[in-house]
Amino acid sequence: MKYDFSIIFTKFPIFIPAAIETLKIAAAAILVGVIFGLIIAFGRLSKVKIIYYISTLYVTIIRGTPIILQLFIVYFGLANIVRLDPYTSAILAFGAHNAAYIAEIFRGSILSIDKGQMEAARSIGMTNFLAMRRIILPQAFKRAVPTLGNQFIIAIKDSSLASTIAVRELLLKSQQLGSSNFRFMEYLLIAGIYYLIITGVLSFFVNKLEKRLAVNER
Amino acid sequence: MARRSDKIIMRVSGISKSFGNNKVLHDIDLTVYEGEVVVVIGPSGSGKSTLLRCMNFLETNESGQIYFGEELVVHKENAINNMRQNVGMVFQHFYLFPHMTVLQNIIEGPTQVKKIKKQQAIAFAEELLDKVELLDKKDIYPAMLSGGQKQRVAIARALAMRPKLMLFDEPTSALDPELVGDVLTVMNQLAKEGMTMLVVTHEMSFAKEVADRIIFMDEGKIVEEGKPDSFFINPENSRVKEFLSRIIK
Repeated sequence: MKYDFSIIFTKFPIFIPAAIETLKIAAAAILVGVIFGLIIAFGRLSKVKIIYYISTLYVTIIRGTPIILQLFIVYFGLANIVRLDPYTSAILAFGAHNAAYIAEIFRGSILSIDKGQMEAARSIGMTNFLAMRRIILPQAFKRAVPTLGNQFIIAIKDSSLASTIAVRELLLKSQQLGSSNFRFMEYLLIAGIYYLIITGVLSFFVNKLEKRLAVNER
Repeated sequence: MARRSDKIIMRVSGISKSFGNNKVLHDIDLTVYEGEVVVVIGPSGSGKSTLLRCMNFLETNESGQIYFGEELVVHKENAINNMRQNVGMVFQHFYLFPHMTVLQNIIEGPTQVKKIKKQQAIAFAEELLDKVELLDKKDIYPAMLSGGQKQRVAIARALAMRPKLMLFDEPTSALDPELVGDVLTVMNQLAKEGMTMLVVTHEMSFAKEVADRIIFMDEGKIVEEGKPDSFFINPENSRVKEFLSRIIK
């Protein structure tokens, strides 16, 4: 059987629902990751020992085990306690996974801010919380943007693992269509092009944001 | 009589501080009176900056007490924050907030900490910027300013809180020589207006001309204390003599 690359063009539009599914899981995982990542980052920076240890343990476990294992634990492993649908499982597992990495990104960028900034903020009578919110975090976030963008791209690609628990996203779609007529290559390429478009658009906007934020820097 | 008032603005009593095994402050007593300009000099590593930073609780003293006015400042967030609102601090490296314009830097404290109305805060900020001759830079970000301009903005930022005391931690040490004058001029003017100031500096001309009282520190202790005239012309302590002979050619 010869490759028929014209399929790439004719079948391209039927992947749109799958692409939307991919976007939905990835976006939700990123959102969960950013929110919990920020909380865990503060845990990692906390002077309260127990909070520090718990958040450090979390990051160690998540970073030290494969993401697909984490996905299977949520979907298959937890099934005895709660039966989560594939879609929810994917968002939970990927969200929890991204939270650990994003926590480290935030922690690093917060630590990279000159400690004089905190001192200056405290010296005009700001509380630690106010100084964090008004002075440290805006600067830290700015520094985190390039690395965060990178993590978001990884999150989009990692969402393809949801195909293993039957979430109808891009990779599963191409596998299903491929096995119907054995034109795997053509359909996989379509999925690949969708991924490239999604990550390309994201990179474009991250770069733009980075440039816009850099205006006030020396 | 050098001191202009008998009203005590700040008093530290028996302050000690170590970094690891290195004891940098030994049982320091110091009182600053209203309207007074006290200049702290001494060799590097003598504890001058640490003393200043202890007074603002940026470092935590191990023993001793710090009084703001008559009141003992306890080691509690609230007490420290209240005191800090009344004590301005100027750092060697300025530490302007880089994500805010000059004007935003100055109104940040008044609007966020003191909850003063924005319009009112802006009016006072502009007045202060005019005083440090940087009103034309108000909408610029700190990265676009020279070191001397940054330090003058930092002074304005501290003054915006209407402090009763200003602490200066080597305010001109990070500046190019030709920019030092602008900052000293502003400080000179502040002193003339009666601001109470405690200044750690290596600028001997400033000490001579502006100080009401000079404090010489060495190895974490106050070694000599006096009016500028007697201090520079006739120092008693041999360490002071040695230091002055090295600094003043």
